Amino acid sequence: MSKLHVTTSVNGQPEEVLCEPHQSLLDVLRDELGLTGTKEGCSTGDCGACSVTLDGRLVCSCLVLAAEAEGKEVGTIEGVANPDGLHVLQQKFLEHAALQCGICTPGFIVAAKVLLERDPNPDETTIRYWLAGNLCRCTGYDKIIRAVQDAATELAHEA
Amino acid sequence: MGDYAYAAPTSLEEALSVLESQANDGQRTQILAGGTDVLVQMRSIDKEPRTLVDIKHIAETNALSIGADEIFIGAAIPSAALNENDELKGLLPGLIEAADLIGSTQIQGRATIGGNLCNSSPAGDTIPALVVVSAVCVIASPGGSREVAVGDFVTGVGENCLESNEILLGLKIPRPGNNSADAYLRFIPRTEMDIAVAGAAVALTLDEGGTCTSARVAIGAVAPTVLLVEAASAALVGTKVDDDALNAAAAACSDAASPITDKRGTVEYRTKVVGVLCKRAGGIARDRASS
Ligand SMILES: Cc1cc2nc3c(=O)[nH]c(=O)nc-3n(C[C@H](O)[C@H](O)[C@H](O)COP(=O)(O)OP(=O)(O)OC[C@H]3O[C@@H](n4cnc5c(N)ncnc54)[C@H](O)[C@@H]3O)c2cc1C
Ligand code: FES
Ligand code: FES
Repeated sequence: MSKLHVTTSVNGQPEEVLCEPHQSLLDVLRDELGLTGTKEGCSTGDCGACSVTLDGRLVCSCLVLAAEAEGKEVGTIEGVANPDGLHVLQQKFLEHAALQCGICTPGFIVAAKVLLERDPNPDETTIRYWLAGNLCRCTGYDKIIRAVQDAATELAHEA
Repeated sequence: MGDYAYAAPTSLEEALSVLESQANDGQRTQILAGGTDVLVQMRSIDKEPRTLVDIKHIAETNALSIGADEIFIGAAIPSAALNENDELKGLLPGLIEAADLIGSTQIQGRATIGGNLCNSSPAGDTIPALVVVSAVCVIASPGGSREVAVGDFVTGVGENCLESNEILLGLKIPRPGNNSADAYLRFIPRTEMDIAVAGAAVALTLDEGGTCTSARVAIGAVAPTVLLVEAASAALVGTKVDDDALNAAAAACSDAASPITDKRGTVEYRTKVVGVLCKRAGGIARDRASS
């Protein structure tokens, strides 16, 4: 099978990879680029653990072919923290104990970050619907919602 | 058996010629829009290698226009982008609601209305909504282009009238007038992320006195294909779309339904619920048309 040469940008960093035509972006991020922060839960678009941004839009990387990332900007959990430390969302997830096993956490943080960029002051219903495609088997969701609300409040103060 | 391959043609001519040349080489092809059905099915149900032909880099499939008479929605536009277009949402609230029901935020970042229609599932949420607004499929063929009404496009469970060398470019919809509106409702066991147990779409037009002058009612997930229920439309036309008229339309929908029993619902349940959804969607469309 002939491999495809894909030129893309991951967290602002130019990347070139060789991939199989049917290989997912998720597999290429994890196995070829070593960016294992993006998790695989289901590979059927149901759990959101693989959430990344593609040209700013939130997507499941398990349902994107690596070949489709040609010329695009990919954003992963590895690009969320600032050089000076954790992103407010990451800090709030820790403070609110919004994770136990942690496998869902990168997906929730990537998804919540896109929400807060679009809507800095979302109500609880908006947050719950926005994150409905992110599943968590441990926390029961309330702590996650609270962490996102608290992050929104703190980001509003900073602005 | 061939290998997997991926092609991203940047013009319609190139896309059609890729489909043609691959077929001549005996290689199977499949069109890739948002991939939310294609990738899931390729990994589970049907793993046979094929060339995936990505249609997201073609001008025609990315076009969106809202004209004085007609709206065109390109087949490559994800539902998240449609939902961000306030003008479109104002004109076709029911259709955009249906698109917005597809999966999660993540799925909506990719999923297209064209893909939903071409996947041709009995439970595809946008199909009843497209039928009631009289949407027409614009299809590119090697010989030129052809048009097929959405109501005639789906021919069976997972089947439609597209040939393997054809591409759906987009959907053409007559621009609704000021006194017209549409609505779509579905029932699922949870509030997000599930497949419709039943769905109903209603589009109607009212005159100045609030009397319904035309109506289209379509139901989903209660038969092998989406059904346009003429008897339900007839029950609404000439009325003020009051409870009596809506109850008659609901009964017509329940009569027309021929559902199956599966883990999501029984025949009896689906038959009843589809009527209730028609009644509620009809009320929403009426209120929208009169405001
Ligand atoms: C987690 C999850 C939740 C979902 N929830 C829902 C839901 O609530 N309701 C619902 O209706 N669906 C749902 N779906 C199914 C799917 O997301 C939708 O059917 C979606 O609209 C498909 O669009 P797509 O652009 O991703 O299509 P693709 O997967 O790219 O294509 C689907 C089919 O159409 C063909 N095709 C696509 N575009 C064209 C074209 N332009 N010309 C010719 N053929 C074409 C493809 O070859 C393929 O056979 C869900 C899927 C997932 C993974
Ligand atoms: S791994 Fe992609 S949604 Fe679960
Ligand atoms: S913390 Fe374990 S799945 Fe969410």
